[in-house]
Amino acid sequence: MDNIKFGVIMTTLGMGGTLVSLWLLTLVMTALKRAFPERPETPANTAGKEAGK
Amino acid sequence: MIEAIQSSLHFLISGFAALTWQMAVMIAVGCLLLYLGIAKDYEPLLLLPIGFGAVLVNLPLTGMMDEHGLLRFFYDTGVLTEVFPCLIFVGIGAMTDFRPLLTRPSILLLGAAGQFGIFLTIILALALGMSQLDAVAVGVIGACDGPTAIYVTSQYAPHLLGPVSVAAYSYMSLVPLLQPPIMRVLTTEKERKIVMKATKEKVSQTVCILFPIAVTIVTCLIAPKGAPLMGMIMLGNLMRESGVVSRLVGAAENEIPNVVTLLLGLSIGATMQADKFLNTTTLLVLGLGMLAIILDTAMGILFGKLMCLVTKGQVNPLIGAAGISAYPMAARVAQVQGQRYNKRNYLLMHAMGANTGGQVGSVMAAGIMLSILQGLGLG
Repeated sequence: MDNIKFGVIMTTLGMGGTLVSLWLLTLVMTALKRAFPERPETPANTAGKEAGK
Repeated sequence: MIEAIQSSLHFLISGFAALTWQMAVMIAVGCLLLYLGIAKDYEPLLLLPIGFGAVLVNLPLTGMMDEHGLLRFFYDTGVLTEVFPCLIFVGIGAMTDFRPLLTRPSILLLGAAGQFGIFLTIILALALGMSQLDAVAVGVIGACDGPTAIYVTSQYAPHLLGPVSVAAYSYMSLVPLLQPPIMRVLTTEKERKIVMKATKEKVSQTVCILFPIAVTIVTCLIAPKGAPLMGMIMLGNLMRESGVVSRLVGAAENEIPNVVTLLLGLSIGATMQADKFLNTTTLLVLGLGMLAIILDTAMGILFGKLMCLVTKGQVNPLIGAAGISAYPMAARVAQVQGQRYNKRNYLLMHAMGANTGGQVGSVMAAGIMLSILQGLGLG
């Protein structure tokens, strides 16, 4: 394969692939955050934790 | 009797007789690396063993890189097999906190843009007459990520391992000098003054534990050849976030990277033999490597400007420069530059997000490159 073809393939697929892959990861992260949100500390939770001690 | 003494004396000074000017130059280069590491504090953990390895391997008749030499053993068992960079990644993963990135996932895109310079440098290297695999090895210096550069180079251009590693680690320490002028040229004063709001949102522990598992599965399905790198960095991070293997985390943060860094540095130094290092290709690698980091920074900032435009001024483009790996130095540079133009500006956490994104991005870019090479029949 000649250098021009190699350069074009590597650049387009490399840059595009990296961008698309990381964009997919942003979706994964967003989905994880929605599925498992941080629960604010409530008096009941705190009491539960203390009882667990 | 006299003959025996003469013969012994001759053997004792044979080292001086076998010393060539090229070896002397390389010993001086090794000493320069030692000076940079010790006196200037430039990446001393690596430059010190690399510099000493370069001195050792260029002393004549020591046989350190001969078939049964000590440095050859380190090189063959740790670098050629790619074990050393992968073990270092376990440590990096164990030391990295992805929470700033998880708080604002869109910042991960800056970590992608921060790798574009790699691919632009490959084109330049090809235009300058380098072979395709050599061009890939040179381009990956732009990842600003030493273990990734070593991993890729040891697979596809092992003869360039010395210059690529030296460039990757020494330029990484030059990030505070290289980036600010590019930041000033590519951004307006108004953009540099943009205050990014602190996010109060907290990320649950469950998300932090699931993140490395999900990233490993997704990225390895896309680019299986990057699995050793991404797998190890995410294993380290999973150990850290799980909170159940504190002994392993301690080893991954301290003992493992300490030992591996020493052996890796010596092995890289051992590749800097005069007959292999002193040539125009080395100069080309060093020049293109610097260009790769400059292009990466520029692309990250330009993407930051795009995000600033899309979000109607909520993103300070300076954090785009942290999209290159160089963790956590690039994030600190963004913070310092932001505060220079607006004292009330605290970009550090956002820049840390972009910086950890850059780490994931550099490994992802390398994995994609390796998979493309395999697809083209070159891997």
